[in-house]
Amino acid sequence: MKFKKNIALSDSGFIFDPTTGDSFNTNPVGLEIVQMLKQDNTPQEISAYFLKNYAVDESTFEKDLYDFINMLSKFKLTEHNEKEKN
Amino acid sequence: MKKKKISVAVSGLNAIDSPGPGISVIRSLRESKYFDVRIIGLSYETLEPGLYMHDLVDKAYQLPLPSAGMDVLYARLQYINSIEKLDLIIPNFDAELFNFIKLAPKLKAELKINTFLPTLDQFEARHKVNLADFGKKHKIKVPKSKTIHTIKEVLALKSEFTYPLVVKGKFYDATVAYSVDQAISAFHKITSKWGLPIIIQEFVTGQEVNVTAIGDGKGNTMGAVPMRKMYITDKGKAWSGISIDDPKLLKMTTKLISSTKWKGGMELEIVKTEKEEYYLIEINPRFPAWVYLAVGCGQNHPEALVRMALKQDVKPFQKYVAGTLFVRYSYDMIVSLKEFETISTLGEL
Repeated sequence: MKFKKNIALSDSGFIFDPTTGDSFNTNPVGLEIVQMLKQDNTPQEISAYFLKNYAVDESTFEKDLYDFINMLSKFKLTEHNEKEKN
Repeated sequence: MKKKKISVAVSGLNAIDSPGPGISVIRSLRESKYFDVRIIGLSYETLEPGLYMHDLVDKAYQLPLPSAGMDVLYARLQYINSIEKLDLIIPNFDAELFNFIKLAPKLKAELKINTFLPTLDQFEARHKVNLADFGKKHKIKVPKSKTIHTIKEVLALKSEFTYPLVVKGKFYDATVAYSVDQAISAFHKITSKWGLPIIIQEFVTGQEVNVTAIGDGKGNTMGAVPMRKMYITDKGKAWSGISIDDPKLLKMTTKLISSTKWKGGMELEIVKTEKEEYYLIEINPRFPAWVYLAVGCGQNHPEALVRMALKQDVKPFQKYVAGTLFVRYSYDMIVSLKEFETISTLGEL
């Protein structure tokens, strides 16, 4: 799963999909996740980063992370990478 | 660069809740890099707001209604031209285009007035009544539609369509009907305003996206900007919208302009379904009321139209800025009784 390359992301957490014209707002934690996804980090890498840097337990964070990723997918902000397609 | 002085007559000054494109076209021309324009407004009614926008419209004249015919229109244009020495006319109403297309050669030959309009064949082929055939011919998905003339045919629709369906007027107006009763009511309402026939169209759900575009008449797309409606009025008009970068929409537009050799401005009304299928709902044979958004994105379509009409060498626009919004607003102008009296009695202001 990859964050679509053409999606614009600002430091304020504003996300804009130029293909559909849809826009979204996310909080600083969501912004950090989206930025990491945009840099092609895997959910496991994101999870490891957050567990190291934030006071959160693994199961809570992973549940929230996958909920968030599913939401990004539902809003068509992500696409499957080649490996996943095959 | 020294700008060339030209006089351009523009109709569609009805900047109301279902606005005509005139004011947007004028604003676009006022921002031209090439022309210093004198704008002659052409109106049909005395309360078209553009008549009173003196910062945009230099002089305005009433025109006879399209139903008066071509001879009456020609005589009026002859009079206006004797005063204004028009270089160009940009008609912006669907209902007046037939007369202007027919008159275009005579306007050029006898009055030296340029136009840049679709041919009569292009104008008729994209008509709502003919849209299904148009879609088939150009391999573009269009919703199933049927032309009807009587209430009896409304009652029989349930055998061919499922509700909701869309009831459309020949030129303007569209209502979504969820039942036979609503379809009958819409039939009466629209025929009383726009006459027959009525077009019944399958209701396609999805995101409403439109494209403003311009063709050179040789198959080339000179510019195209797609827009997604963000706020829609109860009349289905975009009150705000955002330019988008949708390659499929642009491909559809260039394909359509190429296969029809479209000449002039146009608007494509499209519904993008959840499955990302694109249905062409309507082709308007002129610029849309939101054409000024294209200028805001870097493509001045009305200016390009004027340049082509005046036989200048125009290169197609290559890019635009996606993510640019327009937000429409209403504004109360104060108009003196004298001005209203002048346009009402003399037909010019």
